[in-house]
Amino acid sequence: MKKDIILAGVGGQGILSIAATIGTAALSAGLYLKQAEVHGMSQRGGDVQSNLRISDHEIASDLIPMGKADMIISVEPMESLRYLPMLSPDGWIITNTKPFININNYPDQDALMKEIEAQPHQIALNAEDIAKDLGSPKSANMVILGAACPFLGLSYEALQEAVRSIFARKGEEIITTNLNALKAGYEVATKKLQDQ
Amino acid sequence: MQKLLLLGDEAIAQGAIDAGISGIYAYPGTPSTEITEYVMNSKEAKSGNVKAAWGANEKTAMEAALGMSYTGKRAMVCMKHVGLNASADAFMNSSITGANGGIIILVADDPSMHSSQNEQDSRFYGKFAMIPILEPGNQQEAYDMVSYGYDLSEKYGTPVMLRVTTRLAHSRAGVVRKATRPQNEVKLPENPKQYILLPAIARRQYKQLLQKQIQFNEESEKSTFNKLMDHPDKKMGIIACGLGYNYLIENFENHVVSHPVLRIGQYPLPEKMIREFYNSCETILVIEEGAPIVEEMLRGFMNNGKLIKGRLDGTIPRDGELNPNIIAVALGLKDTKGLEIPSLVAARPPSLCSGCPHIYSYNALNEAMSSYTKGRVFADIGCYTLGAMPPFNAISSCVDMGASITMARGAADAGLVPAVAVIGDSTFTHSGMTGLLDAINGKSSITVMILDNETTGMTGGQDSAANGKIEAICLGLGVDKDHLKVINPIPKNHEENTAIVKAEINYQGVSVIIPRRECIQTATRRLREEKKKSANQTKEA
Repeated sequence: MKKDIILAGVGGQGILSIAATIGTAALSAGLYLKQAEVHGMSQRGGDVQSNLRISDHEIASDLIPMGKADMIISVEPMESLRYLPMLSPDGWIITNTKPFININNYPDQDALMKEIEAQPHQIALNAEDIAKDLGSPKSANMVILGAACPFLGLSYEALQEAVRSIFARKGEEIITTNLNALKAGYEVATKKLQDQ
Repeated sequence: MQKLLLLGDEAIAQGAIDAGISGIYAYPGTPSTEITEYVMNSKEAKSGNVKAAWGANEKTAMEAALGMSYTGKRAMVCMKHVGLNASADAFMNSSITGANGGIIILVADDPSMHSSQNEQDSRFYGKFAMIPILEPGNQQEAYDMVSYGYDLSEKYGTPVMLRVTTRLAHSRAGVVRKATRPQNEVKLPENPKQYILLPAIARRQYKQLLQKQIQFNEESEKSTFNKLMDHPDKKMGIIACGLGYNYLIENFENHVVSHPVLRIGQYPLPEKMIREFYNSCETILVIEEGAPIVEEMLRGFMNNGKLIKGRLDGTIPRDGELNPNIIAVALGLKDTKGLEIPSLVAARPPSLCSGCPHIYSYNALNEAMSSYTKGRVFADIGCYTLGAMPPFNAISSCVDMGASITMARGAADAGLVPAVAVIGDSTFTHSGMTGLLDAINGKSSITVMILDNETTGMTGGQDSAANGKIEAICLGLGVDKDHLKVINPIPKNHEENTAIVKAEINYQGVSVIIPRRECIQTATRRLREEKKKSANQTKEA
């Protein structure tokens, strides 16, 4: 088992919470893991990505080779497309559709959605709206993670456990909120996969 | 043994704690910052009274570590590659004094300049100072090399350099902890003159350093970090240094390389190993993260030996960070790439945070300067360097820590009117104070804006040595108190602030303006923590 994952977003959107949850689940499953992050200057509102690799064999490179990533998990729609050169022909895009607009030349949103929908393997969902409906707008990242679950090679239960352990210090209420968000995302993805 | 998921930086910090350091000194700098932060937050380090402190700059940090080593205790000093330039005087001479307690100089290089002005390779410095260099290939080695490095340092009484690069510093992997070791007791140098570098003594010490080179080489020859992995196909042998090895084996099924490989993790280069390897292969490919140091040494000036491929002949690009694809191409394997980036994807460069005080400082400065042509504002290293980007386009230079004030001074001396310097609070105490003294003594007419956000912002909000001291420092250096102005960079003060900046620009002499408001990032974090604290208190009540 080996999964190479590109996590994408904008500095400050908290892609590392997704990475930490997958990482925790992978470690409890006894897998190897490498996760390269971006710190420093680019964090200030710029595009950020993290290369996350999990495998049952030892991992060599901290960086995923181009064209070899199994999936792009993005919390921002335009950012999901920035890493297409990294994605393998069979790879999946799991992306939020809610844009984060902090530049003047952000592309037309309809054109952007068309471009995403034109990709052969993609799950696009408005994680913000789903999280808001659940009464927890801050848990959008967990909705995205839930939607990525069918592709991660980790069981849904393992991710639930990881969410519990990551948010353990924050109390039962926050754990439940994030588990609900995970579930909502998971359901959207499984339904979309069935429809396809 | 306990397995932890650690950044390369954190693995080094944990390694240092477990190796029994008594102190760690640093100036924040990407990608090295997290090492010192980890020790600062470590309960074990606290319970062991391990001193963890930010210095005003890398030189003061380096000297503090040297002082701790003098007492017989183990010390670490951490910096980014360009920080070693700032501490080079102390660093170069520490190889002549040698060490008493173990001392490791941790330098984190930044190939591809993710967050830096250049991509200099610190191995040059290690070679320059003639001390052993350790270059880990992964997080576990980063951890292991710390304890190994301290033993090496104490065995030969020499500082040891540990050199990492951004990718390892900021990548996480599982790390197995090893046995911990108690801190050293105080034991002053046996030779009371060891650290007195008067010429007569320095000459003796230098000869000793030269003699140690043979032993350093012997250590490299037998080091487990330098490893030959043989293979019958001798058409090409590959020398892979540090992280380069990972990108190499990434390209082979089950990580088994179909060429002989010599993996390098400890310097000086093991001469005998290299010679035998060179003699046994028809051609050589050198893979190193950073400058082609090993490659140059192999080629020599005449380049009349075997075919040596690497960064110098274009097999691997001369600049920038390595990755698995670059090595695939170098090996003649098929390159891989997904689809092109769609044309509608726009660049999203870093920018000042919404609500950042620097925005309003630049707005006032830009308006005050609007009647002059561009090219008169010399800036420095920090978040405010983003003032170079639209919508501000406010600055004309960013060279090295402190260069804003001194470059403005030189330009003013050449007749540029006005000449303005923009520098942050932490950068000012790092290397700006001496330049301000120069300008005052030289009667150079400059206006200095010290953007005081009360923290070291770009690296994530470390304590600034300047906190609460800037006015006193400026007055002490001789700034006229009538031309030392503190302003609050908020939108509603724009007119007033602009008028103050304009007036000081028109002043013939040295003037200092301090726009002061807490960094929006640290302010948000502080308010959140205060809220949490008060909520907990309410709960408890």
